[in-house]
Amino acid sequence: APSAPSSPQTRVLFPGATDSHYTEQLQFVRDYPSLPTYRVLDLEGNVLNPSEDPQLSKEECLKMYTSMLTLNSMDLILYEAQRQGRISFYMTSYGEEATHMGSAAALTLDDIVYGQYREAGVLLYRGFTIEQFMNQCYSNELDLGKGRQMPVHYGSKALNFQTISSPLGTQLPQAAGSAYALKRTGKDACVICFFGEGAASEGDFHAALNIAATTESPVLFFCRNNGYAISTPAKEQYRGDGIASRGHGYGMDTVRVDGNDALAVYNVVKEARRRAITEERPILIEALTYRVGHHSTSDDSSAYRSKTEVSDWMKQDSPIVRFRKYIENKGWWNEEQEQSFRKTIRSKILKEFAAAEKVKKPSLEHLFTDVYAGEQPWNLKEQEQELHRLIEKFPAHYDTNGHAK
Amino acid sequence: MRRVSVNAALRTLPRSAYAHQHFRRYATPASPPPAEGFMPGVATSKFVKHTKEQALANPELSSLKNSETKKLNLFQSVNEAMDLALASDESAVVFGEDVAFGGVFRCTMGLQEKYGKDRVFNTPLTEQGLVGFGIGMAAAGATAIAEVQFADYVFPAFDQIVNEAAKYRYRSGNQFDCGGLTIRMPCMAVGHGGHYHSQSPEAYFAHTPGLKVVIPRSPIQAKGLLLAAIRDPNPVLFMEPKILYRASVEQVPVDDYTLPIGKAEVMKQGKDVTVVGWGSQIYVLETAIAMIEKEIPGLQVELIDLRSILPWDVETIEKSVNKTGRLVIAHEAPVTGGFGAEMAAAIQERCFLRLEAPIQRVCGWDTPFPLIFEKFYVPSAIRCVEGIKKALNY
Repeated sequence: APSAPSSPQTRVLFPGATDSHYTEQLQFVRDYPSLPTYRVLDLEGNVLNPSEDPQLSKEECLKMYTSMLTLNSMDLILYEAQRQGRISFYMTSYGEEATHMGSAAALTLDDIVYGQYREAGVLLYRGFTIEQFMNQCYSNELDLGKGRQMPVHYGSKALNFQTISSPLGTQLPQAAGSAYALKRTGKDACVICFFGEGAASEGDFHAALNIAATTESPVLFFCRNNGYAISTPAKEQYRGDGIASRGHGYGMDTVRVDGNDALAVYNVVKEARRRAITEERPILIEALTYRVGHHSTSDDSSAYRSKTEVSDWMKQDSPIVRFRKYIENKGWWNEEQEQSFRKTIRSKILKEFAAAEKVKKPSLEHLFTDVYAGEQPWNLKEQEQELHRLIEKFPAHYDTNGHAK
Repeated sequence: MRRVSVNAALRTLPRSAYAHQHFRRYATPASPPPAEGFMPGVATSKFVKHTKEQALANPELSSLKNSETKKLNLFQSVNEAMDLALASDESAVVFGEDVAFGGVFRCTMGLQEKYGKDRVFNTPLTEQGLVGFGIGMAAAGATAIAEVQFADYVFPAFDQIVNEAAKYRYRSGNQFDCGGLTIRMPCMAVGHGGHYHSQSPEAYFAHTPGLKVVIPRSPIQAKGLLLAAIRDPNPVLFMEPKILYRASVEQVPVDDYTLPIGKAEVMKQGKDVTVVGWGSQIYVLETAIAMIEKEIPGLQVELIDLRSILPWDVETIEKSVNKTGRLVIAHEAPVTGGFGAEMAAAIQERCFLRLEAPIQRVCGWDTPFPLIFEKFYVPSAIRCVEGIKKALNY
């Protein structure tokens, strides 16, 4: 039986919190110190603490940087394409490029990626081609997803990037399960799962962090805290110290990082990956950043935040500019290379864009395939036949010329 | 009604030290409601296989000619199926709330001792979490056998099942899938389960392309269908009628075998009226048929166990109704939007010229599942007899 509480140092014997001590002072806890934000670079691209410089090679740094420029250029073109009605929907990654490239560079292709939807840069860095991005946004017959999902819902088996779905937060407990399966195979790999600070309010966030902790699954929960969930500012999303402060509650190693600093993100993900795999545990990472673009092409963010707020961010703290200054300080990049790369990549994207627009839409059979593996159930067979009957009867209503046979 | 055997069946419900956990969400386990129920005696059912010969006579088990059989109840046969799945597939994992000590219905007894804590383990109490976790395991190529403690508590995982598991393959263009996922859940009435230990949620899921939904009626069926569900390349919801866990006992082949998903089984041939049910309702229907066939000499009722709700076996039902001209569907779930409605509409489309009476649905009322009124709520044998008579006398 528990002994009578005598001093503040007497440990409780209750099974629910075995590290707790008794106290005779009634005290509600309110003030916690805010978690610090780790950075490597200042706004001018200077390394603040030389021992924190990951000393990435010129080749690695240029891959990260040119990937940021490529993503930025693709965003500009596809955003405009949606405005012209050429694709139905788009979401840009403006301002969050460093979170993508910094994390992608610290991972291997054996690591499974789960995303939310604003992580195209991770896929790009892993090798998804511009042609593949375009094909998905155009829902053409070369789209790996067979044209079934909205634009920006990318996925690639070859690149170990699980296909994006619209419901927010659902990928979080799935990432924990995949990490558990990976751990059982003994592979030197983990799972990284991206989500926004808004999605962290979903029940699946709570479920995922808790189940990952109790099952000791090697998963990195990477939160992109960009200040807004569509129109809802972070202040209306939560009242704690961001998302990172929740990690302690789940018994999880936690770190907060400057999301506009690609090298800081790289260091964090690299070390988190090592810990997750060797210590068999989940890690929570919160990257602070700012959503420079509109939420999506269906959103005009000037309805809920000032244009100067946005332009100030672009001027003062662009993750692309900060990383450019770092590589320029190293002598690895200059204005001439910048102009040349931008011009080349723009014409390459436009070329792929035009090509994707001309590719036929997927064959109509793919309306009905892949609902199930194995034999198609009778109802689907009948419904497919009925559709074909209707197409034959009403050719004017069902133009199939744009579709592959 | 055979009240004596009804009560005998109910007396076999758990009375041991863990009985309170089995209904742990009751606020006051010290004074449970009276265990009164109206499940006809499963033990005396003609469908129960009492001998090895009877068990192996099933043409679906023709490959098992040399298998031994052993006497198992339904929870033991579910346990056997998972044991075989774990033994034959190193990637297979069993998890859920309280499965490590054997489960609140004893379905996972001994599995953790045999296969280790990394393959049979408890999860935190979160249905959306554990189903999402299972989807992720399956998406990474493993076999995930998740348990939801009661079908009544599957709804927190509805989003994960409907928006995620069901659409995983389709939305990725067949690049990714979670076909290795099976979600087991005890379902249907138990005599005193009230609102949240009695539900039959199959119709909610029948509206979701990409899922398979299976409900067995006996230990032989449970083992074969569960092994088929676990090995099916699609996510399967496997609903186990909890009143049968202990009440239903038969000789079960010890070998590894599967039974076909998507196929109904004609339990009893007849020419005058087709009666369809699934799960424990099969025994209610058996009682009802015995009653009406005794009352109307020469009457021959055809009884079909649907077994799979999705995809369902329209062909077998259609063939039967084209022969009998009459159809009665009975399920415990509420009538409005119940799976009986789907079946009635499809059969009406297919058998319009052969139907000689409106299709009858004998179902739960459109109320929450009540505690003290259970016997007035369920589609009991008396109500099934009435439904069959309506179809016959139209």
